[in-house]
Amino acid sequence: MDRFVYLTFDGLSRGAVYAAFALALVLIWRAARIVNFAQGAMAVAAVYVAYSVTDATGSYWLGFVAAIVFGLLLGVAVEKTVMRFVDHSSPLNGVVVALGLVLIVQGVLGILFGNEYRPIETPFRRDAFEVGGIALLSRYDVFVFAAVGAVVVALTLLFTRTAVGLRMRAAAFAPDVSRLLGVPVGGMLTLGWALAAAVGSLAGMLVVPTELGLHPTAMDVVFVSAFTAAVVGGLDSPIGAVTGGLVVGLLLSYVSGYLGATVAPMAVLFLLVAVLLGRPGGLFSHSKARLA
Amino acid sequence: MTGAGALLEVDGLTAGYGAAPVLHDVRLSVPSGAIIAVLGANGAGKTTLLRTLSGLLRAARGSVVFDGEDLRGVKVEHLVRRGIAHVPEGRGVVTELTVDENLRLGGLWRRDRLDAARALDEVYDLFPALAQRRASAGHQLSGGERQMLALGRALIGRPRLLLLDEPSLGLAPRITAQIMALLRDLRERTGLTVLLVEQNVRSALSIADEGVVLSLGRVVTRNNAAELRDDADLRHAYLGF
Repeated sequence: MDRFVYLTFDGLSRGAVYAAFALALVLIWRAARIVNFAQGAMAVAAVYVAYSVTDATGSYWLGFVAAIVFGLLLGVAVEKTVMRFVDHSSPLNGVVVALGLVLIVQGVLGILFGNEYRPIETPFRRDAFEVGGIALLSRYDVFVFAAVGAVVVALTLLFTRTAVGLRMRAAAFAPDVSRLLGVPVGGMLTLGWALAAAVGSLAGMLVVPTELGLHPTAMDVVFVSAFTAAVVGGLDSPIGAVTGGLVVGLLLSYVSGYLGATVAPMAVLFLLVAVLLGRPGGLFSHSKARLA
Repeated sequence: MTGAGALLEVDGLTAGYGAAPVLHDVRLSVPSGAIIAVLGANGAGKTTLLRTLSGLLRAARGSVVFDGEDLRGVKVEHLVRRGIAHVPEGRGVVTELTVDENLRLGGLWRRDRLDAARALDEVYDLFPALAQRRASAGHQLSGGERQMLALGRALIGRPRLLLLDEPSLGLAPRITAQIMALLRDLRERTGLTVLLVEQNVRSALSIADEGVVLSLGRVVTRNNAAELRDDADLRHAYLGF
């Protein structure tokens, strides 16, 4: 029982990070109907920026802010210089271009920083509080929950309560109609990429210290889990992404806890295949016809 | 009908998808305050004409002048600021958004927030059915409600020119008649100019001052509504009734 409780908390804190990362994927999917396979590489680039800033200034938080800002700018740059010119007649085009971006970003990071693992610090201690002899949560886990929770709340408010959020949703669902109503659709798309890349950077900042360390390919495995989380939730649903993230986190934690860490990545792939076969629209899809 | 008093002046307009033009050398003049019906069979180029006027489709040749300004240099996003509302075919309701969100979307571009809010209330007064369904998603609405929503959303921008594409499509005759009556009423009250694309020739000519008949992308005739209604040869040849 103790072990189960421990694994549950561990799974939830991992899941929170996958949730944030899945949220980034959902943001771009909703805005542009592209699965951004470059999200992981872009996030790693932001973490390297944080690493450099923290290294130069000695402040974790300056690095943290720098990563988020860099993420925003990188999102804008990628949309304006690359993705805007992708021919969207086939969904595969965007995927292939994104994969190309991964290679470029990882290559550049390798040239600038070297292909070695670098330890990266956390702002809070990672040893867990014990309650009744069971290790539950560390201060860092609490920080992760708070950060991801804040992002979810902020995005929900943005999309449901603000004019910009309404414009972004309309532009994504019905670009032509939105343009006729005066919505700058291109601008909303750029904004969507910026937000998504910033959220992805945040997820990168949160997850990299809990894995092997900073490396140009550090997010590759995380990306698979986050992608699964987004698919489990249905790519269209922010709430689905968060739930999907937690489901994947728990699955990984239970499988590696009870069956061994080597089986865990396979479990994620099994989940992905099962969802794609059984409910390709995601667990949260509700079939509502677009009758225009 | 060309000349002074025209709000919209179209000349030599050629446009289409890819290399093959759908519209050929279309000439059209819409006087301020008029209701002009664009008629023609399926595939005559009616929708293409509206899409080209609003810039969703780029014209290969020709000019579109609205209130003295050539619209070819104006971005689609800025059209609504010039006073042009285009209600596209299939009504263009954003089905994922609620009724209220759809309507608010129509007023977001407006600087005058107060008047945008007033216009929103007016639309709810005009269409009580929408007021009852504020929180319903667009995909839950009936065809008639969607048409009211699309029309109401266009009115929130207080347009001077309304480009309306097949408002009667898929609607019961009673609802079509209501919408036609509303257009006539709006013209009387606000001086709204309407370019109405319709396959439903009878309804369109019931409110239009003048009709323009398109066939295979060319203007084949242009006459006042009463004469078009009575011209049996023309009706048989181009309008199918």
